[in-house]
Amino acid sequence: MNPAVLTLHDAGEKLRKHELSSQELTLAAFQRISETDDKVHAYITLCRDAALAQAREADERLKQDGNAQPLLGIPIAVKDNFLTRGLRTTCASKILGDFMPPYDATVIKHIRDAGAVITGKTNLDEFAMGSSAENSAFFPTRNPWNMERVPGGSSGGSAAAVAADQCVAALGTDTGGSVRQPAAFCGVVGLKPTYGRVSRYGIIAFASSMDQVGPITKDVRDCALMLEAIAGHDPADSTSTDRSVPRYSDALTGDVKGLRLGVPKEYFISGIAPEVEHAVRDAIRLLETNGAVVEEISLPHTEYAVAVYYIVATAEASSNLARYDGMRFGHRAVAKDLLETYMLSREEGFGPEVKRRIMLGTYTLSAGYYDAYYLKAQGVRALIKQNFDAAFQRCDAIITPTAPSTAFKIGEKIEDPLQMYLSDIYTISVNLAGLPALSLPCGFDGDGMPVGLQIIGKHFDEATILRLAYAYEQATEWHRRKPRIED
Amino acid sequence: MENGKKVVETTALGSRSSILDRLSSILDLRKLMNYEPVIGLEVHAQLLTDSKIFCGCSTKFGQAPNQNTCPVCTGFPGVLPVLNKRVVEFAIRAGLAAGCQIARSSILARKNYFYPDLPKGYQISQYELPICADGYIDVAVDGAIKRVHLTRIHMEEDAGKNIHDLHGDWSLVDLNRAGVPLLEIVSEPELCSAEEAGSYLRTLRAILQYLEICDGNMEQGSFRCDANVSVRPAGSAALGTKIEIKNLNSFKAVEKALGYEIGRQTETLTDGGTLIQETRLWDENREETRAMRSKESAHDYRYFPDPDLLPLVIDEEWIEEIRASLPELPAARKSRFISEYALPVYDAELLTSRKDIADYFETAVKTHANAKSVANWIIGDLFRVLKERKLDERLTITNWPVRAQQIAGLVQLIDGGKISGKIAKTVFDGMLDSDRTPREIVAGKGLEQVSDTGSIEAAVEQILAAHTKQVADFQSGNEKIFGFLVGQIMKATQGKANPQKVNEILRQKLKADR
Amino acid sequence: MKLTREEVQKVATLARLHLTAEEEERLTEQLDAILRYMEKLNQLDTSRVEPFTHAVDVVNAFREDKVTNHPNAEALLANAPDTDQTFFKVPKIIE
Repeated sequence: MNPAVLTLHDAGEKLRKHELSSQELTLAAFQRISETDDKVHAYITLCRDAALAQAREADERLKQDGNAQPLLGIPIAVKDNFLTRGLRTTCASKILGDFMPPYDATVIKHIRDAGAVITGKTNLDEFAMGSSAENSAFFPTRNPWNMERVPGGSSGGSAAAVAADQCVAALGTDTGGSVRQPAAFCGVVGLKPTYGRVSRYGIIAFASSMDQVGPITKDVRDCALMLEAIAGHDPADSTSTDRSVPRYSDALTGDVKGLRLGVPKEYFISGIAPEVEHAVRDAIRLLETNGAVVEEISLPHTEYAVAVYYIVATAEASSNLARYDGMRFGHRAVAKDLLETYMLSREEGFGPEVKRRIMLGTYTLSAGYYDAYYLKAQGVRALIKQNFDAAFQRCDAIITPTAPSTAFKIGEKIEDPLQMYLSDIYTISVNLAGLPALSLPCGFDGDGMPVGLQIIGKHFDEATILRLAYAYEQATEWHRRKPRIED
Repeated sequence: MENGKKVVETTALGSRSSILDRLSSILDLRKLMNYEPVIGLEVHAQLLTDSKIFCGCSTKFGQAPNQNTCPVCTGFPGVLPVLNKRVVEFAIRAGLAAGCQIARSSILARKNYFYPDLPKGYQISQYELPICADGYIDVAVDGAIKRVHLTRIHMEEDAGKNIHDLHGDWSLVDLNRAGVPLLEIVSEPELCSAEEAGSYLRTLRAILQYLEICDGNMEQGSFRCDANVSVRPAGSAALGTKIEIKNLNSFKAVEKALGYEIGRQTETLTDGGTLIQETRLWDENREETRAMRSKESAHDYRYFPDPDLLPLVIDEEWIEEIRASLPELPAARKSRFISEYALPVYDAELLTSRKDIADYFETAVKTHANAKSVANWIIGDLFRVLKERKLDERLTITNWPVRAQQIAGLVQLIDGGKISGKIAKTVFDGMLDSDRTPREIVAGKGLEQVSDTGSIEAAVEQILAAHTKQVADFQSGNEKIFGFLVGQIMKATQGKANPQKVNEILRQKLKADR
Repeated sequence: MKLTREEVQKVATLARLHLTAEEEERLTEQLDAILRYMEKLNQLDTSRVEPFTHAVDVVNAFREDKVTNHPNAEALLANAPDTDQTFFKVPKIIE
């Protein structure tokens, strides 16, 4: 059996029992990468030598420590908007040039300390702005289930790498659905923790009030283990919570009796592909059979979420991206004076989607428009949060599809930005309210493309989400299916 | 310039420049009768925290370029700010000292613009909910007190420094200063002259120094001032076109620039011209303001609350804790010096212009209670030495050249008739950088005043005998000779003779000799 | 048309983006469509809500006033497009 297909918890067990070494596991991952990545294009940068060195170190630690941490020796891929010291970080953009980070993101420090092996940096939509990984400055990543389809975005590379067994697990970021939607499109598990649960320090900022780091894994147990390793207060991140980190794996009991599930009617009205709706409703019924109580709820302001998101997120982004100016790092254009240096460096360095969002954000913050757009949007955002607060009075979790369709074709939506934005409808509200949510596979459509089920929880109640997800997963076989990546 | 003195052309009517001065002042006077200036000042005070406002870099001045930096204050990808609690404390201190309302809930906001010394492309500042609002500074103007109101005080981060002149086509950027905490203190447009403005600045600076939150050094840039100047027809209520003046690097520069700008605006309007709202730079060399060369389209700063920072919630307890720790402020201390020590206003002002000087004075007076004499020695001799040695450039003087107790001891010796005022100067010099008490110095150098009649009589007689011609001169009515003779007697006694006694005895002898 | 080409140019300058004529045209169209879509927010009454600012349940995240960073200009300057080893070199700033 190829070690590359192992889950994190299975691989971990074998490592601790010395049935497998980290070096073997890592080599298997790189073997898989060399076999498949010329088709999938999940990675921007590979670090084989460094990874094998980390694996050797992990094997040393494993020799001495029989009770090692879950991530010790485990090959993990990292989305290329995490700063990794000494390892090129591009954010899938030309504007960073040859930028070499002088420090590690806090989350990277956590996984390094836990003994994980970093296989490389994965592809994404430039600056995490997109839903398909097509906005990368380098190349689009392909969906391992079908090379003509997008893997989703913006964490498309990480999701594809996990689905293709090019790593055991991966890290992504989720601002409007960028972990959950690619997880759904690629048939894997993706979690966006509660805002503030995981440190943002060292993550290249997109929308500061919504960005969160999230694990992308092969199954729910892996997800719980990853979350335990990365969650926690960071004094370097003012927005990180100081709540303690529970043992999330304790939630994986399989018992969901009495849990109240809300199904928002607004998520099923129109625009949803019939096969997606079908798979999701089947999943809900299955949970009901296992003892959960299902109730229809209303999230009345759902239809406004996309508009709110694209005002607030782009406003924050337009400000966050001002530092990419060619002065202290990254690409600097040849120009005749200071002003032109700014203008050309940024023009040459940023791709069209990034430019579009910077323009939108700059406009909505500008004098005369701030009240009408930004302030208004933040008002509606408060209303959306109120929707969830009210819903969570009556239920413990909310169940929805992750995306209105399965993975679309490469090139299909890229020309129409508004259409692309509207496809985020199910994931976006969650970021606006700062809630946790997870996506896991719940079926396939007629074309063999995976369908994702989304479970939304109360603030800091990842445990309930994981409980429900685990129970559903263990009662089904979706997580055992793997794509065939032959031509 | 010759010998440091200005060469003045002279004509039959007097110096040429003085004619021009007189003419222009007549003309100015006529113009100024129609317009009155309205001035508001924006002060940026660098705070004396050890570390920067949002990161753990040092704020120490004078380091090699780009040494006090880290990814956070240099705007690297992925970094996040964390607020230095001491900055908040200092802001509250300043607000309480100025009678401001302290906001119980306050927000940090981003001010967005592009400039090479602004690494993130935005400055973290405060916009809609500043930490302090309203308040006032009482300023001494022409012997009266004028209350100048404040609009607000808020916290923000400083930018780095651009250095323009070294290379031809390039500017150089040093980011040591980026992220140093600032308080921005904004006055209402209530100042009416350059002098008032100067007085306001000095008063504000003294308050900040007393609070030990800023060292108030304009030349080093830890206390900066931008001025907003407009003129309006005298007596009208509406405000004229507001023009901002930047690049004011000393108190003198502020006063000169304001004087110039008021004149320029007044002249323009009197001549029928119009003024545009703009920012002008003070040119120290040419002594004029000029419009900025770069086309600064009006900045649209696109302020919004910084999502990386949390709302600042300040509770009563903290405010009261800080209020209780406030020192006696300059104005109160000056009043007390006047009433408690019977000091003239001038002395009280000088002694309370710095907290360390005021503390020094009170330490000395506790030892020997002759407040006026102690004050004189401090204001005269001590200030001279502090200035010579540039010790007054630091916020707090720690290595005093003379200790307060030594000055007190010196005054005590004078008051006890042990030494004369003149000899005391020698003793003072002997005390510099020495641990020896004045008593020890006097004993060691044999400087005790000679007051016994016998010795003085002998000296007087000796001098009279040696200067018969001068004595005769004096007897014929030349009073001036008296001083000469006294001088000779002092010389003969190495200055130790008691001057009053010398005077007395000499007069006696001269009278007797008639 | 909600958005004119002149406005797009102004915003591009504010954002320090040098757009080609083609980009300007395309962006004017696209942004216009997006902004018109956002009009739907005006259907809602937000006068009685506090605008959302922070998702977290914390206030007052502070640090102590301690120097914790060691000088390391080399690391900082290592990524710079142009330096003289001490300063960042940038095109001349004209005041």
